[in-house]
Amino acid sequence: MHQLTIAEMIRGLQSKAFSSVELTRHLLARIQQLDSNYNSFITVTEELALSQAETADQRLAKGEAPALCGVPIAHKDIICTNGIRTSCASKMLDNFIPPYDATLVENLNAAGTVTLGKTNMDEFAMGSSNESSFYGPVRNPWNTLCVPGGSSGGSAAAVAALLVPGATGTDTGGSIRQPAALTNTTGLKPTYGRVSRWGIVAYASSLDQAGPIARNAEDAAYLLSAMASHDPKDSTSLNRSQEDFTAGLNNSVAGLKIGVPKEYFGEGLNTETAARVLDALKEFEKLGAELVDISLPHTELAIPAYYVIAPAEASANLSRFDGVRYGHRCENPKDLRDLYMRSRGEGFGEEVQRRILVGTYALSAGYYDAYYNKAQQVRRLIKQDFVQAFEKVDVIMGPTTPSPAFELGAKGTDPVAMYLEDIFTIATNLAGLPGMSIPCGLVSNLPVGLQITGNYLGESHMLNVAHQYQQVTDWHQASAV
Amino acid sequence: MEWEIVIGLEIHVQLSTQSKLFSGASTRFGAAPNTQACAVDLAMPGTLPVPNEEAFRYAVMFGLAMNAEIGKRSVFERKNYFYPDLPKGYQTTQLEQPIVGAGEVEIHLEDGSSKRVRLHHAHLEEDAGKSLHEDFHGMSGIDLNRAGTPLIEIVSEPDMRSAAEAVAYLKKIHSVVTYLGISDGDMSQGSLRCDANVSVRLKGEEKLGTRTELKNINSFRFVERAIKVEAERQIDILEDGGCIVQETRLYDADKNETRSMRSKEVANDYRYFPCPDLLPVVITDNYIEELRELLPELPDAKAERFQSEYRLSAYDADQLTQERTSADYFEEVCKSCEEPKLAANWITGELAALLNRQEISIQDSPVSAQQLGGLIVRIKDNTISSKLAKQVFEAMADGEGSADEVIEKRGLKQVSDTGAIEQIVESVIAASGAQVDNYRKADESKRPKMMGYFVGQIMKASKGQANPQIINKILKEKLDALL
Amino acid sequence: MAVDTQTVEKLAELARIAISEETIEEVSDRLGDILQLVDQLQAVNTDGVAPMSHPLDEVQTLRSDAITETDQRQSFLNLAPQSEEGLYLVPKVID
Repeated sequence: MHQLTIAEMIRGLQSKAFSSVELTRHLLARIQQLDSNYNSFITVTEELALSQAETADQRLAKGEAPALCGVPIAHKDIICTNGIRTSCASKMLDNFIPPYDATLVENLNAAGTVTLGKTNMDEFAMGSSNESSFYGPVRNPWNTLCVPGGSSGGSAAAVAALLVPGATGTDTGGSIRQPAALTNTTGLKPTYGRVSRWGIVAYASSLDQAGPIARNAEDAAYLLSAMASHDPKDSTSLNRSQEDFTAGLNNSVAGLKIGVPKEYFGEGLNTETAARVLDALKEFEKLGAELVDISLPHTELAIPAYYVIAPAEASANLSRFDGVRYGHRCENPKDLRDLYMRSRGEGFGEEVQRRILVGTYALSAGYYDAYYNKAQQVRRLIKQDFVQAFEKVDVIMGPTTPSPAFELGAKGTDPVAMYLEDIFTIATNLAGLPGMSIPCGLVSNLPVGLQITGNYLGESHMLNVAHQYQQVTDWHQASAV
Repeated sequence: MEWEIVIGLEIHVQLSTQSKLFSGASTRFGAAPNTQACAVDLAMPGTLPVPNEEAFRYAVMFGLAMNAEIGKRSVFERKNYFYPDLPKGYQTTQLEQPIVGAGEVEIHLEDGSSKRVRLHHAHLEEDAGKSLHEDFHGMSGIDLNRAGTPLIEIVSEPDMRSAAEAVAYLKKIHSVVTYLGISDGDMSQGSLRCDANVSVRLKGEEKLGTRTELKNINSFRFVERAIKVEAERQIDILEDGGCIVQETRLYDADKNETRSMRSKEVANDYRYFPCPDLLPVVITDNYIEELRELLPELPDAKAERFQSEYRLSAYDADQLTQERTSADYFEEVCKSCEEPKLAANWITGELAALLNRQEISIQDSPVSAQQLGGLIVRIKDNTISSKLAKQVFEAMADGEGSADEVIEKRGLKQVSDTGAIEQIVESVIAASGAQVDNYRKADESKRPKMMGYFVGQIMKASKGQANPQIINKILKEKLDALL
Repeated sequence: MAVDTQTVEKLAELARIAISEETIEEVSDRLGDILQLVDQLQAVNTDGVAPMSHPLDEVQTLRSDAITETDQRQSFLNLAPQSEEGLYLVPKVID
């Protein structure tokens, strides 16, 4: 049963081939049995899952089943779940149980999903390897010596290990697409504002966006259809009508214009990774698509701009963790300053502290113009690159990451080496565009991801393109387990 | 050496919206601690702000009332600092692109002169919670009910040159916001709070002196006293050859002195930047014009109308229009008596004194506008004398009913019966031989003055109820007949 | 760009994060590396380019002024490290 896709589960549940309780028990048992190898879950919500599954079965029996009724999923542990610990993989929130659901959780609950648990991640979504979790690193099901990518590494690993058919993630600089690429899963970051941010613990508010990680584009489309909504509680939520992202999956891609940016194939790209990506592009040509050489001249500035903007926003977003109303509080603070300094010094891990300090620096008197303001100007230049490219092409394709999964500890203590991991994914967040990563081959039995970047609100089209590729290839079916 | 005081005020006004600036929690004053602090106000992880439409409407109305530019695109920023009453660790406020830009307002001084004070800008921001210092085993308690309440911070240019001007400006702002109905303006509850930037310089000097910021001076009286005492302090230092330190100071009303708040001086670097959770707020010309149409009559316009429509002096008109409630009360009284001058005198005289004694505001006056109007009608138609009217007024204040009821009950009706008065006059003349003699011998020009004695005696004999005009007439006839 | 430990101390104070004596050198070095990375921005000509703080050119929608929240004090206070009589407790606040 764990090998079924979401689409297959929906069919099986509706035809009563199996019940949601059976499916849920099966997957819970699998998690119980196997997750010690991967550490992809922080919290498993067995009781809740079984009660949701029972309800789902009753609705299925009555023929009142919503779209995803009875389908088990998992949520990244940065997404608030009512009554379930939401830790952000941080000591700071180790004891935090929100009395509210994120809007996307409400949406998925309304669509009938069953919550198996909360997945591991880089602390506060800051990282690309899942090594910064307070609960220990996640291991890549393809090779447990390797990282699964991050920050949504737990969600990606759980899907890759067939513990769950789909999971939610968040993507601020590549945190859905990069782990998807490294675990042979399909991950989608929607247009900024497509999925409500209400109830997602903020890292960098102008970049954060939640999306699905699944085994193929069709499943991602199912999940996104349920997750996306206009939410009056999120000022940056887009006021667009509800869309069924599965509706256009079977459209032909003949005549599709694919932009191939020369900057994505330069120095630093693993040659075998490049080869797999080029193979995928050839496959698209076979489907009738046309490759167009394009240039995104400000590509190399995306990382520097991101590492000013994201830390700046984070430095303010994380100020609320002060040991007063919730979260970690140091023992016996001697005064107010001591309460703040030690609670935050103890509660936040190294990388989180580092980013807060960098952000504080970039906003401080005398540096604001040279760093924060400059980065926001460069951000506009980066967006303009894409706007101009999309005048000529329908989608942009390239590698999701410069190389396949690396070993745990390989990037050592050098944060900059880790930051370069997101070189191809970050610009999409800065521009607010939708992006996907889909499996396109293996290098030494480690997966390679093809990144598809769509135009604004082009999720449906992007999913269609991915789905058509997955109709003629079987990379996405390759399994780690 | 002659010194000049230079003052700019920063006034925080709580807007009287139902809900908070960024959340749907109530802003009601006086609720049990933290019962009106919702997830957004508590900065629970994952929560997001959505701005309140009414707060923007109020801010734009204020801007229009101050003849100010309206920010058609305003942007919220984060002001970062740690404090337990600030749950997010930043205050959401406006800096570069505020909702209200430069404007100006006329202030009226007690000597009858007036002056223009320029507004630098006014911006929308959220209020903080409160730290309670009762002892919880050596700790402070935090109540976040007030956190997120909408404020406009109104920043003046340093245009004021005396404590009296600062108070007049503060009163003007108070009157504008209460006229607009955008705030209750209650300084005792903190709905209107004032910080003053004070510096001094030698008269004729153009360069501004180093300023200090006086925090939280929360009554009209304290504003005046705090500025005076701070200016004196600065002048003393400068005359002794010292330097003013730029700092925040607290006014201690008990000791009538200001003292340094060093705790607030630890190198603040607020790291403002545009709030990424909020988008620019765009306001259209149409919206602005619609609001302009809806603005109520403001104090200056009302004062002018009171002068032309009711023939009041500039001073009376100004006094009556400072508060919308007293202006409304005045117009109510006029409706029932049609004697504006008398109405103005009674309101600024007896009534003001009464309210002052009881420390209540005019909307809680024990004498209603209808009651006062009724009293004035009885003065005008000579039912009672002005002197007795005060007695009637006091009785009404004590809850004895309408003027007519009091007059009736106490038998205060003025005696205008000529026969009765004639009798009293005759008996007084008969009992005042010496005075009558003097009157007869006196020079004609001195006689009117000498009548005062007789009038007094007659009034006394009539217990104040005899109509003075009739007394005068009969008395003169009788005395003249004796010549 | 190198970052001296004094700067790190100032930043840590602003950000209210205690950093131990033993690690401050390390933290300074890492911050220096990151700032060197982001200093690439300085070479870009951005004259006349407006800073972009939101990826999309959307404008704010305002909420109507209605009380939509109910009192949930207890459920929030349950999360607090220390509270009493409905208040969050902190070490003495000195104004």
